[in-house]
Amino acid sequence: MMRGGKVWAWFIMFLGVLYFFLPLLATFIFSLKARLGELSFQAYINIFNSPQFMYNFLASVLWAVFTIIVGILLFVPTAFVIRLRVPKARSSVEFITLLPFVIPPIVYVFGLVRTYSQPPLLIVDSPFLLIAGYTILSMPYMYRSVDTGLRSIDVRTLTEAAQSLGAGWTTILFRVILPNIRTAILSGAFLSFAIVIGELILAQYLVKPAFAPYMAYVMQQKAFEPAAMAIVSFALTWIAMGIISLIGRGQQVQVAGGR
Amino acid sequence: MTVSDAVKRDAPEARPAKHKRSWAWLGVMPFFIFTFLFLLYPSSTIVIKSFQDSITHTFTFQNIVTLLHSPYLMQSYWISIKLSLITAIGGGIFGFLLAYAAIRGSLPRFIAAGLMTFSGVASNFAGVPLAFAFIALLSPTGLLIGWMRALGYNPYFHGFTLYTFAGLAIVYMYFQFPLMVLVIAPAIEGMRREWLEASENLGASSFQYWRYVALPILGPALLGTMILLFGNAFGAFATAQALTGGQINLVTIVIGSELRGDVLGNAGVGYALSLGMVVVMALAIIGYTVLQRRTERWLR
Repeated sequence: MMRGGKVWAWFIMFLGVLYFFLPLLATFIFSLKARLGELSFQAYINIFNSPQFMYNFLASVLWAVFTIIVGILLFVPTAFVIRLRVPKARSSVEFITLLPFVIPPIVYVFGLVRTYSQPPLLIVDSPFLLIAGYTILSMPYMYRSVDTGLRSIDVRTLTEAAQSLGAGWTTILFRVILPNIRTAILSGAFLSFAIVIGELILAQYLVKPAFAPYMAYVMQQKAFEPAAMAIVSFALTWIAMGIISLIGRGQQVQVAGGR
Repeated sequence: MTVSDAVKRDAPEARPAKHKRSWAWLGVMPFFIFTFLFLLYPSSTIVIKSFQDSITHTFTFQNIVTLLHSPYLMQSYWISIKLSLITAIGGGIFGFLLAYAAIRGSLPRFIAAGLMTFSGVASNFAGVPLAFAFIALLSPTGLLIGWMRALGYNPYFHGFTLYTFAGLAIVYMYFQFPLMVLVIAPAIEGMRREWLEASENLGASSFQYWRYVALPILGPALLGTMILLFGNAFGAFATAQALTGGQINLVTIVIGSELRGDVLGNAGVGYALSLGMVVVMALAIIGYTVLQRRTERWLR
């Protein structure tokens, strides 16, 4: 019975691996066919030499960086204050941070664009609205990372120790709390990065340069370049996830060392 | 005299406490202001404007009535729900089998760890690149279709196309079953080996173990996670948009084209359509939460 179970398990795993890898394999093979009759990295050379690709890609990186900064500035003090001083606000804040799961992105963008595209709230063209929207879309991940990080350290003792040494609140936040949860913040940051880089709807409807809308556009124009971009995008997701799991491991070592 | 003395003596003690509380509330204010401006207020306009005449701004049920009487819009809900149900059940079953095989199939240890990493990446791999990956695989000139043609079978001659419902369902599965693996794995790990051993000692067959022990315990977790998958597919937009160019009539696609230009001819109906989505999503999340709580009773 055990042996039969094992064959069955291998078979299911085999199907899973096929499902995981066949689309990627097909995309990769396709991305190598840019030159007629031979396999080459021409499509990759083309996209990395394309100024438009670099422009849209770097725009996305820029949005991601600002989203991460706004997220840190907004969620670290909030989660810190709630843990330390206003536990009453915990349930309402947690409810709000989970709202982006309930409101589908397209519905959220619909509300956002409609709200801010009419006077007196005509800020639909401002890049700040895009960054604010990205901050909201990545909030469930960022806030939860920060909150988990705070749970793993003794916030109260650290704060009281800093206070008794005469530290003010900004010093406590930025020089005591922030360095202690930097691994949690980093993993939240890389998740936000992956989300912003792959996000299509917000940039498309706010008409801003970004990687995903550019890719959707190129998909309708060319054959091989989008395949190369899909591979690049998948590699970026992998790198972001890899770094998260790497620094996640680093965190455990650090906690053990700190104690 | 004594009373005012007492007040004077009390005052310095009372003040710092009050001061602290007001400071603490100030600390969470940026969060509430930001989320009010960019999440709560824009979202609440969806609810408010669903019940508002788009020209006179008076209260009305007309938008909802128009929505309910439009075969085109009701059909878009139905297609979205059908697609989400099929991929939630299909992805749920396959994801469960995968997770169970990796954790309880006596496979080498590294397979379970590898599966979890792949699932983390794959559940985040959606939208435009995912659509393209399946075009490279399953379009008429795709890799797999090429192989099948070489074997003498062309699915495109038998009613299959990537760009309609069946194709979209296959593509959605790519981010559905990894999510199932991620969410259901802790529940499978929480199942004790003793339960299997005890039922075997009592002479239960494999079928009886599943029917009377494993499934009643895992049931709520399975159902709850499938509801989560349902919501996951129901709210998806980018993948379908990139794959079909907006040709398939999903609710998200209709909302997207409504946002691009006023295709419904009535702004209020667009809000009502969005409100309907939020209601379905809220029901799904509530269902998931309730079932998750029932699961935790057994598996800890």
